[in-house]
Amino acid sequence: MERPRIHIGWLYPEYMNLYGDRGNIIVFEQRSRWHGLDPVVTQIRLGETSDFRQFDLLMMGGGQDREQSLIAEDFMKVKGASLGEAIHDGLAVLAVCGGYQMLGRHFKTYTGEMIRFTGILDLWTEGSQDRLIGNCVIESDLFGETRTLVGFENHSGKTYLGKGLRPLGRVLKGNGNNGVDKLEGVVFKNTIGTYLHGSILPKNPHLADWLIQRALDRRYNGDVKIGTLNDEVEERAHQAIIVRFGQ
Amino acid sequence: MNLRSLLAVWMGKGLVTATRVAGRGGTTLPGVVARKLAPDLLRHLAAQPKEGVIAVTGTNGKTTTAKMLSSIYEAAGHRVAHNRAGANLITGVTTAFLQAANWGGRVGESAGLMEIDEATMPQACKEIRPRAAVVTNFFRDQLDRYGELEHTVNFVGRGLEHLAKGGLAALNADDPNCARLGERGAIRPLYYGIEDESVGVAELNQTADAKLCIRCGNPYEYGVFYYAHLGKYRCPNCGHERPKPAVYVDRVADVDARGSTIHVVTPKGDFEVRLQIPGLYNVYNALAAAAGAIAMDLPLEAVKAGLELTTSQFGRMEMIRMNERDVFMALVKNPAGFNSVIQTVMQAGARKNIIIAINDLYADGTDVSWLWDVDFEALASHQDEINFVICSGLRAEDMAVRLKYAGLPTAKLSVQKDLASALGEGLRYIQPGDLLYILPTYTAMLQMREIIQKQGFTKKFWEV
Repeated sequence: MERPRIHIGWLYPEYMNLYGDRGNIIVFEQRSRWHGLDPVVTQIRLGETSDFRQFDLLMMGGGQDREQSLIAEDFMKVKGASLGEAIHDGLAVLAVCGGYQMLGRHFKTYTGEMIRFTGILDLWTEGSQDRLIGNCVIESDLFGETRTLVGFENHSGKTYLGKGLRPLGRVLKGNGNNGVDKLEGVVFKNTIGTYLHGSILPKNPHLADWLIQRALDRRYNGDVKIGTLNDEVEERAHQAIIVRFGQ
Repeated sequence: MNLRSLLAVWMGKGLVTATRVAGRGGTTLPGVVARKLAPDLLRHLAAQPKEGVIAVTGTNGKTTTAKMLSSIYEAAGHRVAHNRAGANLITGVTTAFLQAANWGGRVGESAGLMEIDEATMPQACKEIRPRAAVVTNFFRDQLDRYGELEHTVNFVGRGLEHLAKGGLAALNADDPNCARLGERGAIRPLYYGIEDESVGVAELNQTADAKLCIRCGNPYEYGVFYYAHLGKYRCPNCGHERPKPAVYVDRVADVDARGSTIHVVTPKGDFEVRLQIPGLYNVYNALAAAAGAIAMDLPLEAVKAGLELTTSQFGRMEMIRMNERDVFMALVKNPAGFNSVIQTVMQAGARKNIIIAINDLYADGTDVSWLWDVDFEALASHQDEINFVICSGLRAEDMAVRLKYAGLPTAKLSVQKDLASALGEGLRYIQPGDLLYILPTYTAMLQMREIIQKQGFTKKFWEV
């Protein structure tokens, strides 16, 4: 039987690959293979137009401030509208840090400058002088039961969710979206926004599989279901973080 | 290449191998012997790299500047012949080219990068004919007399007159002694300097090396001092003043113990870069490297990437003999460094027995996500040559996950967080004649050294 194709998009790979976010792509690809799928990765670069509905999965990583301002214009003019449509259509997205911020309405820098995004989701970010850096543990109800997610955050932007938007989880250790409301990330349909690097997916295989399954459900109308893999190595790394930092 | 030169190459390369095995660095002797056999050998070898050779000289910062240039070349996709160990006399330079040459006397590297002692500049440049040169600065050793500084400047000047036709000399505009080399008729200067006066001071208390005008001898007036006597100077008597730099830093920000962020302007465009080594003198080294790279017409992206990747403890390696087993330890601390260590490991013929020890203490970097930017796939693609990989250190589990996703079979993978146990296991499992590779982050390396010393093994026979 032919292996079901899963089409993975990687947005701005040259600019938005901070703190090893490439690891998320590696995990999407490898786990897809191990699940018996046929993954294809397409890099979506600056200036290229793209119909985001063709993808099953999309990864947007973090960028440095300078790099982010370079791509903000491209995002507004060339890609934002199509990505917004796809996200509302149920595209499975993992947006980390800078990528997460770009899904919102705007980024207001510490000096008051407004960088506007297309506002795909009702959230916004305010720059600050202090950076929220360190290991982070959250608990999330995304998986039908409460599960922990672990990662490493490193951001000076503080993100706030509009009413009606659901966070990815509650912070057990670390700062999360803004260090105040103890919420982390966002979930909208099949889109996940988060500040967790690490990379996030390698030590949270349940999140990787959630995204892969959602992507398959949209593409194959529920006809393709993935099974479980032997995640002993990943689980051990996940637990090591919780034991060391999560208490 | 004639037979005599070829013999010299064989002799020299043989000695490179022999001295290394005998426990000496082998950085000069091969050059001495080969030059005796074929005095024009360096000329032959240095003429081969397609992109030419760049020379780096000056009192302070030669090695760091060369290291930065090396990263820039790497980022630009070039392989460089480089006297990394810092042997910068004519014999050391010759040895470096011998190491780069194959047994047929062919240099495969596309570029040459040579750190050259100031007094060696005239002879080295005559033989090498560098396409460009970088001069960092001129400082006087406290014991030296001023006259010797004059000599030194003069040596460098004579060297610069022998650059390849049209070759540029990147000169520090902020150092009067360095800048004046650009006034020699035969030299085409490309000046570099700092334009952010907020990082300088108005007064200088210590004795400076060049307070007096190099043209008329009157004291200079300084608008600002950046580092020792480096700054913005002008002679009130004859009007001699600092030349305007074409490559300059106009903003130094986020200065801390680990580095600083600089905005660099060049004739090819500008960029901002985070230097991973601290100190204003390293801003000068970065500028010198950037100017040299511009003089060699390397792409700006590569300049930025190369500067970003340069760290102070790049590529430290050592070899230790334990229980009749050879242990090769190489510090890993960032993706670029780790990638080159992986290349080194994979080039060796024997089967690979590897311990990777990842800590996440402050000196290592508390965020280990950089492991996902390392090309472990290159390691896993040769898995038939790998006996085992033991993951150790505080982040042993993270490392194991990374290798699993790189495609290494989990049967070849084990997690042993404790460093001493990992070392014991490693030594137990390797076959006689095989090497045990230990690839630790900084604090893991310090701990591993201590463990090795406690077991009574300290003798290193090779270290760079």
